[in-house]
Amino acid sequence: MDPSVWPGAPFLLLATLACASAVAVVLSYNVVRMALYLIVCLASTAGLFLLAGADFVGVTQLMIYVGGTVVLLVFGVMLTSQAQYVRMKAAPHELALAALVAGALLLLIGWGALRVEGWNAVSSGPVAVFNPEPQQTAAPIGLALMGVRPDSPPNAAAGQPGAAGYALPFELLSIHLLVALVGSAYLARAKKRVPSAGPTIGAASPRTQIQTPTSGPTS
Amino acid sequence: MSVARYLDQLLPAWLAELLSISLPLALLLGLMAGGALVLIWLERKVAARVQDRLGPTRVGGGFGWLQTLADGIKLLSKEDLMPGGADGLLFRAAPYVSMMAAFTAMLALPFSGSCAATAGAERLANPFVGQQLNVGLYFVLAVLGLEVFGVVLAGYSSASKWSLFGAMREAAQVVSYEVPLGFCLVVPVALAGSMDLVVIGDLQGGGFWNWNVLHDPFTFITVWVYGACATASVNRAPFDLAEAESELVAGFHTEYSGLRWSFFFMAEYGSMITVGVLGAILFFGAWHAPVPVAWGLGLPPGGWLSSIVGDTACALLCNAMGAATVLIKGLLAVVVMMWVRWTLPRLRIDQVMTTCLKYCTPLAASMFVGMVLWQALLPGRVLMGALPHAPSNQRVEEPWREASAHPETRAL
Repeated sequence: MDPSVWPGAPFLLLATLACASAVAVVLSYNVVRMALYLIVCLASTAGLFLLAGADFVGVTQLMIYVGGTVVLLVFGVMLTSQAQYVRMKAAPHELALAALVAGALLLLIGWGALRVEGWNAVSSGPVAVFNPEPQQTAAPIGLALMGVRPDSPPNAAAGQPGAAGYALPFELLSIHLLVALVGSAYLARAKKRVPSAGPTIGAASPRTQIQTPTSGPTS
Repeated sequence: MSVARYLDQLLPAWLAELLSISLPLALLLGLMAGGALVLIWLERKVAARVQDRLGPTRVGGGFGWLQTLADGIKLLSKEDLMPGGADGLLFRAAPYVSMMAAFTAMLALPFSGSCAATAGAERLANPFVGQQLNVGLYFVLAVLGLEVFGVVLAGYSSASKWSLFGAMREAAQVVSYEVPLGFCLVVPVALAGSMDLVVIGDLQGGGFWNWNVLHDPFTFITVWVYGACATASVNRAPFDLAEAESELVAGFHTEYSGLRWSFFFMAEYGSMITVGVLGAILFFGAWHAPVPVAWGLGLPPGGWLSSIVGDTACALLCNAMGAATVLIKGLLAVVVMMWVRWTLPRLRIDQVMTTCLKYCTPLAASMFVGMVLWQALLPGRVLMGALPHAPSNQRVEEPWREASAHPETRAL
């Protein structure tokens, strides 16, 4: 067998894993199981990035999505869940709505992806083994995110300014995330009004006062 | 890569490819399993000595060498229990998630660097590393953070209050300690100008005066913060709040028994090896001995031994010695962690959080700023600014420019 065909096997494995676990996320009713499938899905996507030689993107995927977001998600579920294993079952009309939205998104993404020239005509023969350039490090990306583009510096002789960095989109994304955080905090707030201060707190405070000396550190 | 190139001459290509993939995996798995075997024995011995006992003395001779093996047989023969209310799938999956994370972190961990005499010289032997990534440190940090997920799953799926408490503590602790740990890891990255662990390690060649720990006062303090944060991130005493047997029975693994329980232990010892070796690579000269032994033996190209037996053989020998050196350094770090475990009492959960948020994070952040200022004012000096930076140690200041000037410097 030609060794250049080999990258196909891990790719197929990871891609199957990613797709299967993505479907499992949708079909599962248990939040924490969903989180496990989501982790498998995101980690295999990170594996696909690593396989393609995009080390930085792959590791960032692991760091932010798998390590950060999903752990926080599970942490939130554990803190907020009322019962042991919450089953989330959607009503039929919600399912239909979700299928509509997801189908529209799939169509849009698929249409966009298939319009990329060259992807349509992928030959089934052996492709060139990916050989990353030695100078491909994370440094240019990091600098570009801060607004400096080392790959296209300003040309003083021609009076050209350098290419624009990614500082603005980066900051916009942060603001977007902040808005999402504020929104989720608003959605997750306590819906029921807690009875305003009065007898409840007054009744509770003597108990805490009694408990404090006994539960204090003994050392 | 070099293994693949070598095997290509002897075997059919697909077999060579398969072997070159599975060989590092087998070696690393051996390191993890064998390391756990040795470290559990060592843990017993260290604990015993700290408590003025002898520890295991009978199984397998005077020092109880085979105690861990006996433990393993006992664990294998135990009944595999699962609580009635447990979520079976998650309960079974959790130990594997933990162990997979601990093992995957080792893939990017180098055990030796390039044995080159001068900057820009051609590499004679490839570094011993499962997969050399130019974001190796970032990869290790990201994957080590995933181990918490196994613990959280175990705690959640056990249907036990003790387990859930342990898991929640673990999640809070690991998520918090990743912040100061990240600050500590940025310090050697800024010194080396690269996240490639091989580059960071090769920067510190020559002798102990080139080590990052002695680079300036700020890196010296960073090492201590790193030690505390690494201990907390692998969940060892005095930060083992997730287990805390005096409060939570056994925390997240209360409901586990037999082989599944031992997987958690293997994951813990595996990540101890990882953070130990990582600390050695980042701060304590990586695969370089405290005094230039390889140079004294004439191993680098141009040395006397090298001129007799050939450069490539010497470079391979140099790499093997480097691997032994970095493993010994990692082992020393692990022994220190054991010593700390059996010496210090466990912190309370609020003390753990105070240590992280009020002490470690500001300290690590200010050490990073201090180190950057030191580098700006006294560039290119080592040993607290006393010595000039050795020219033989490769330093990549601007990798994309450096690489175009000397393409061979960073050739994989």
